[in-house]
Amino acid sequence: MANPKQNTDDNLLEVKNLKISFKTDEGIITAVDGIDFSVKRGQTLGIVGESGSGKSVSTWSIMRLLPKNSIIDKNSSIKFQRKSGKVVEMTKFKKNGRELRKIRGGEVALIFQEPMSSFSPVYTIGNQIMEAVLHHRDVTKKEAEEIAVDMLDRVGISNPRQRFKQYPYELSGGMRQRAMIAVALSMNPSLLIADEPTTSLDVTIQAQILELMNELQEDLGMSIIFITHNLGVIAQVADEINVMYLGKIVERGTTKDIIHEPKHPYTQALLKAIPRLDRIGERLTAIRGDIPSPLSRPTGCPFYTRCGKVIPGVCDVKMPESTHLSDTHTVYCFLHEEKDV
Amino acid sequence: MTTTNLSPQEEQSPVTQTESKEAQRYYSATQFQLIWWRFRKHRLGQAGALILLTMALAGLFAEFFGPYSGITRTSEAVLVAPQAPRFCNDDGCALRPFLPGVTAERNMETLRMETKIDLSVRRDIYFFIKGEEYKLLGIFKMNTHLFGIEEGSIHLFGTDSLGRDIFSRALLATRTSLSIGIFGVIIAFVLALVIGGTAGYFGGGLDYGIQRLTEVVRVIPVIPLYMGLAAAFPKEWSSTQVYFAMTLVLALVGWPTLARRIRGKLLSLRGEDYVIAARLSGAGPSRIIARHLLPAFMSYIIVDLVISFPFMLLSETALSFVGLGLRPPTVSWGVLLQDAQTVRAIEQAPWLFIPALFVIIAVLSFTVLGDGLRDAADPYQVSN
Amino acid sequence: MSDTLLEIKDLKVHFPIRSKKLFGGVTQYVKAVDGVSFRIEKGETLGLVGESGSGKTTVGRSILRAIEPTEGKIVFNVDGEAFDLSKLTDKELRGFRKHMQLIFQDPYSSLNPRMTVRDIIAEPLVAQKLAKGGEVDERVREAAALCKLNLEFLRRFPHAFSGGQRQRIGIARALISRPQFIVCDESVSALDVSIQAEILNLLMDLQKEFGFTFLFIAHDLSVVAHISKRVAVMYLGQLVELAPTKDLFYTPKHPYTEALMSAIPEVNPDQEMNPVHLAGEIPSPINPPSGCRFHTRCPYTKDMCKTDIPKWKEIEDNHFVSCHFANTLTLKGAEIPTSVDAN
Repeated sequence: MANPKQNTDDNLLEVKNLKISFKTDEGIITAVDGIDFSVKRGQTLGIVGESGSGKSVSTWSIMRLLPKNSIIDKNSSIKFQRKSGKVVEMTKFKKNGRELRKIRGGEVALIFQEPMSSFSPVYTIGNQIMEAVLHHRDVTKKEAEEIAVDMLDRVGISNPRQRFKQYPYELSGGMRQRAMIAVALSMNPSLLIADEPTTSLDVTIQAQILELMNELQEDLGMSIIFITHNLGVIAQVADEINVMYLGKIVERGTTKDIIHEPKHPYTQALLKAIPRLDRIGERLTAIRGDIPSPLSRPTGCPFYTRCGKVIPGVCDVKMPESTHLSDTHTVYCFLHEEKDV
Repeated sequence: MTTTNLSPQEEQSPVTQTESKEAQRYYSATQFQLIWWRFRKHRLGQAGALILLTMALAGLFAEFFGPYSGITRTSEAVLVAPQAPRFCNDDGCALRPFLPGVTAERNMETLRMETKIDLSVRRDIYFFIKGEEYKLLGIFKMNTHLFGIEEGSIHLFGTDSLGRDIFSRALLATRTSLSIGIFGVIIAFVLALVIGGTAGYFGGGLDYGIQRLTEVVRVIPVIPLYMGLAAAFPKEWSSTQVYFAMTLVLALVGWPTLARRIRGKLLSLRGEDYVIAARLSGAGPSRIIARHLLPAFMSYIIVDLVISFPFMLLSETALSFVGLGLRPPTVSWGVLLQDAQTVRAIEQAPWLFIPALFVIIAVLSFTVLGDGLRDAADPYQVSN
Repeated sequence: MSDTLLEIKDLKVHFPIRSKKLFGGVTQYVKAVDGVSFRIEKGETLGLVGESGSGKTTVGRSILRAIEPTEGKIVFNVDGEAFDLSKLTDKELRGFRKHMQLIFQDPYSSLNPRMTVRDIIAEPLVAQKLAKGGEVDERVREAAALCKLNLEFLRRFPHAFSGGQRQRIGIARALISRPQFIVCDESVSALDVSIQAEILNLLMDLQKEFGFTFLFIAHDLSVVAHISKRVAVMYLGQLVELAPTKDLFYTPKHPYTEALMSAIPEVNPDQEMNPVHLAGEIPSPINPPSGCRFHTRCPYTKDMCKTDIPKWKEIEDNHFVSCHFANTLTLKGAEIPTSVDAN
């Protein structure tokens, strides 16, 4: 999985200049500040970042699932290739319009951290999967039930026929997460957005869910956007990684690029800050200071307030342009600007 | 203790963003400051508060604001319709408001008295005029009224069938009704705090017993209970005695709801991490209650009190209206509305309903004020 | 041993479930902790790991008697004297609180939002009357400085601070009474990666300087490995293994530990995970399985595991395990990482 496939033109999703702000009592908060990214067919794009990085907001916006007080800048573009081959501009759809609803769930599916809240407590698991299937596919009730049971089986839920009749509260956290994946996949989406899907799970269950997602991706050939703050998880699942900080992408590259040869000071610092088994007992290198409040975003490079290699008078003035270190590896940092290929 | 050795790169971030004055003020703001700042954003709540404040002042100084005492009868002015002050007549306009002259004449066909307004007569209204003597707040002897008239009489809201000024009576009633609400709420609240607080803080079997008791009280239908309690007042009780008995009745019916809320809030607070932290820091029960539980509780208590007010007001009004609550000569909104019970009243003197407007406005104001306070009451809800 | 700070003997914490019937008594118990024994040495960090529902938090809190233990002894050695915490009355316990503290998981809910930072940190001193007047302020400033808090901000309220700074306030509160023993209950789990490192460093620095003894409870295995000298693994209310960190991670003796280690996602795309598959779900602590509690999910289970309860034994120096086949099974530990340089 770690090897990106070659056909770079075959992008399922292309996001350009995405800028999202929120109107709040305290003023306008810019959560995502002009980012570009793309997802290739059949690949997993990992987005890693800490709180306030805008990693969730940027992806939820693809499905237009942001709260009412959000504003997507009008110069933003989210191009998605539908199953029919047609490329559509997601920002142009009316919120909750018909076409958008069809894409949502049918072609782009979402799983997230808290599996309990994604299910209605008053219907059985089976019922809810069936409903989703019936909504997006032209099948009879009987067939939908078969698809649902089959899906439960595929995500590794034992006794799927019996689980079919159970209510969400009767399942454990891991089971619910599997069931949520079953719902998401029953519509056969071409893009799955997984927002911290394993964060609230125990390690053994997390490992199983990650394995399951890998397997299903190989079987179904879908693309995945995997959002997490956990570098270990991302190293295991992603083909490509975007590192986000305060609403900006600061570095992007293949998983190997990012993990083995991080170039942005933030990426480097993050990798040094996590405790790792190969460095038991070594002192961790913390990143000084706090993540700035989104209300008082630093000017220039968002990381300059905490950066150990800050160039005064440069980093705090303007945002660095992208520097292409190789075909796959891009960094946004003044330290690397002259190395552009 | 000495300070730990640190590698220089780990010192506190050198780039401390300069804080605005506003931010600094916010960071060291106490609970009540935060609540106040949030409440100030709630326009409707503030409007409610303003109206209630006006009502309370008007009630408190009813004798000053009203031109007559509540029992003065003007025999020549029975069931007079509300009189609106005017500024203009055919002779032109003046800043001083006046009442036009009124002539009453019997219509010989319907045999009813009909009034005619005679705009050419100008009866000026004077402010801070000397009038009937009264005791302000029951202490200071005074005879100045906010406004009045020299010839005839002034009845902004009209008069009742005995010729008493409804405006003056409505103000007096405001005092009675609001104060009965306040006392009722306070007594109910003390009961609720003791009972609900005991249940919530100690928990266990005691909680179980108290809960069941509360439920028993709650399931008794309210109206028969009121009627039973109110009917038990002896006829020969003075109106003051009835007044205090009423507050007790209202409190006895009102406490269980409050007690449940207090218990629930305490239970959840007791499990808060910071309360556990206090316990682990070696704080005893009294310190935990005084330092950690009560301050967290205050804002909710105030909200709950405000929200339970309308219930008290409406209960008093309803009971007095059907004759089970306060009785004349005490004047309350419910007592005033007794006069409006008949069909004749509706037909001939709809202004007798004006006190109902007071009830509606007061209840609405309490509701919006309660809403505003509730939104402001927990300034620490993190909206991450 | 003379340098044992705490000795936990057969600790049990059972929570009664009230029957829903009107006068029904207690019919069942959730056996959150069911017979746990271990020692904590002076000045060490003992890690305690386990999945949700394993009872690790309950162990930590019942040692501090934030939760009342049902059975067992908690022997605390202080100044050459041994106290059984489980026997202390509430009042005696309050006097003893200065010796032990808790650092919470959630830096938001664990600070009273209505008190200034100074008052929050001072709470243990004031509540136990350990200091008076100016001394309180002096010690608050000292503790705050140790936790690298800006002393100008002591008069502020918690809402002025970020998660990391709040956690520092919580740590300052925990150390102001100069306790011997501190339980860290998931104390860094709620923090961002970059902040987490700072707090871990701070805890380790403080330990080095003042010789604190930590019980470090967490579900993140890498974090526990990083900070702990020894690590204990819990499963369904009982300890299954306890050993020095590297032994436990690289040569586990219990199949459950093996499963945990295999599930650690390594920060290295070249090392693919090969998680051991555990059958089924964690059983209910109301009716735990007979015999070895892990037998329902163990890949190596044999007949005797269903009936015989395995003994808690020291199979190597300082390596405790409760498994019938601890000596015969060859288990895989965490991947010994091919060191990756992150510049």
